[in-house]
Amino acid sequence: MIEGDENGRRKIQLRAWLAKRLAPDANDWLDAACRKTASGGSDDVVLAIALAPRKLGKGLLALDATEGAEGTALRAGLDTSAWTIDQAARILLMLEAYRRDDAAFAVLFDAAVRGGDLNEQIALLQGLPLYPAPGRLVPRAIEGLRTAMLPVFEAVAHRSPYPAEQFSEQQWNQMVLKALFIESRLAPIVGLDDRRNSDLAATLVDYAHERWAAGRDVSPELWRCVGPFARERDLPDLAKALASARPAEARAAALALAECPLPAAAHVLQSAPPLAELVRSNSITWNALLSTDP
Amino acid sequence: MPFIDPHAHMISRTTSCYEAMAAAGVVAVIEPAFWIGQPRTNAGSYADYLSHILGFERFRASQFGVRHYCCIGLNSKEANNEPLAEAVMEILPRFAAKEGVVAIGEIGYDEQTALEDKYFRLQLDLAREMDLPVMIHTPHRDKKRGASRSMDVILEHKVDPGRVVIDHVNEETITEVKDRGFWAAFSIYPHSKMTAERMVSLVKTFGPERLIVDSACDWGISDPLSVPKTAALMLKQGIDAEAVRLVTYANALEVYGKSGQMSEADWAGATVDQRERYEGNTILRGGQTPVVGRD
Repeated sequence: MIEGDENGRRKIQLRAWLAKRLAPDANDWLDAACRKTASGGSDDVVLAIALAPRKLGKGLLALDATEGAEGTALRAGLDTSAWTIDQAARILLMLEAYRRDDAAFAVLFDAAVRGGDLNEQIALLQGLPLYPAPGRLVPRAIEGLRTAMLPVFEAVAHRSPYPAEQFSEQQWNQMVLKALFIESRLAPIVGLDDRRNSDLAATLVDYAHERWAAGRDVSPELWRCVGPFARERDLPDLAKALASARPAEARAAALALAECPLPAAAHVLQSAPPLAELVRSNSITWNALLSTDP
Repeated sequence: MPFIDPHAHMISRTTSCYEAMAAAGVVAVIEPAFWIGQPRTNAGSYADYLSHILGFERFRASQFGVRHYCCIGLNSKEANNEPLAEAVMEILPRFAAKEGVVAIGEIGYDEQTALEDKYFRLQLDLAREMDLPVMIHTPHRDKKRGASRSMDVILEHKVDPGRVVIDHVNEETITEVKDRGFWAAFSIYPHSKMTAERMVSLVKTFGPERLIVDSACDWGISDPLSVPKTAALMLKQGIDAEAVRLVTYANALEVYGKSGQMSEADWAGATVDQRERYEGNTILRGGQTPVVGRD
């Protein structure tokens, strides 16, 4: 079973990264916890997951360059840059609980997240790219996005290849819209540009109108998902953003207009020569947009 | 002056309470599991309650720069529903093992029934096995005998009294609690239990050692500012600042810190940033300006 072998490699890799970072007694605890999780019942899994930070600490995992390459070889798109030691251990314990029964694993994962405290939910959802039969975990991932807790939302949405691979267009669009709504960031969403679509663009333009009607700003990142799918009637909105006194918003509009295939879009962009020049010279990018915000 | 409110049912309080507490200097709260005003009818709703206080409530507190800890337990009122109690006892260990759980509690007696006694004892054993302190709820009715019996049973189960807080203590029970080596906590209520004025007299009479002030604020008439208000009154009436610090901050930290889950480093240097990832902004409703950099 390919799935099982892959799971084995992932466990070995996570265990090796952790082994280098843990004191002997912490390593002993983790070995015992893994054995118990692999052979015990669901209570053993949730108990070990709960105890992980007490036993292992909460330092940053901080993989070095070689290990980072190991990670990408293990799983395309894996980004562990924000992971802590206890989070990696909790994901490892979850993997240990897999018994080559995809349906049972989905049930166990669901229960572990549902009964988890704030940090357990974050850790387990960050592990979504690594679990077997990922498609079966979509309902819990979507539930994670429905949260009112920003860090839980971001554990699913940010620095993870999982959403772009697994979510339907409707689910994807909801995630992006909600990210803007709860004032999270779009840049850390993996695959954001590839999964832009006309429905999402239309929804975001409506959202911008709603915010403007309430006398509020929108995040400049909103325009990133609008550009390639902007309609003629959206161009006045982009022109308005291009003239914004907020530098990031004006730059975002310039980037969006440059990506818009409508001939009229180029004309709008030319109405602001300095911004047009910034785009032409590749001096501004979507990912660096907000770091230049005052 | 920093304060700890070591007994606060924040799940029943509003964001205004958190704002007022943070502004008054409350840096940390402990939320003991209790009943929620009406009995739960199944273990599922109990499990959801426990994960709520460990999850969303902890997150909510973080929005206001208040550190949030929990005590996990089956309360005495609901211990009288045997099928519920049995099912809850099954799930307690996994919740008690979670981060930021500083004690088993609040447990003890309500009407002092046989079932209350059974589950009280089982949970004392759980606390010993899990190496956690204990928070004891003393009954509102027949308090003196109930408190006395609680202490007998705790000692019978070989739990160290230096790791046990007897809560809702008053003038009638303080002497026995202190003499037997337990910590004595006082819930300062606007109309019942204990007032700030009486608390001042108790500290003057007994000294600050092993005395703890809390608000026990919940869904009833209660005051989430009881701890800072009582501290202000103590200072005004001539109790020295170090004694005030002990009973409104350091004593609670010492006993619940024995869990290994609570230390001054958790809030030292912490500032509120409602824009930050972990201290995220989802408590804010549209149009509100995030609070940044307030201590």
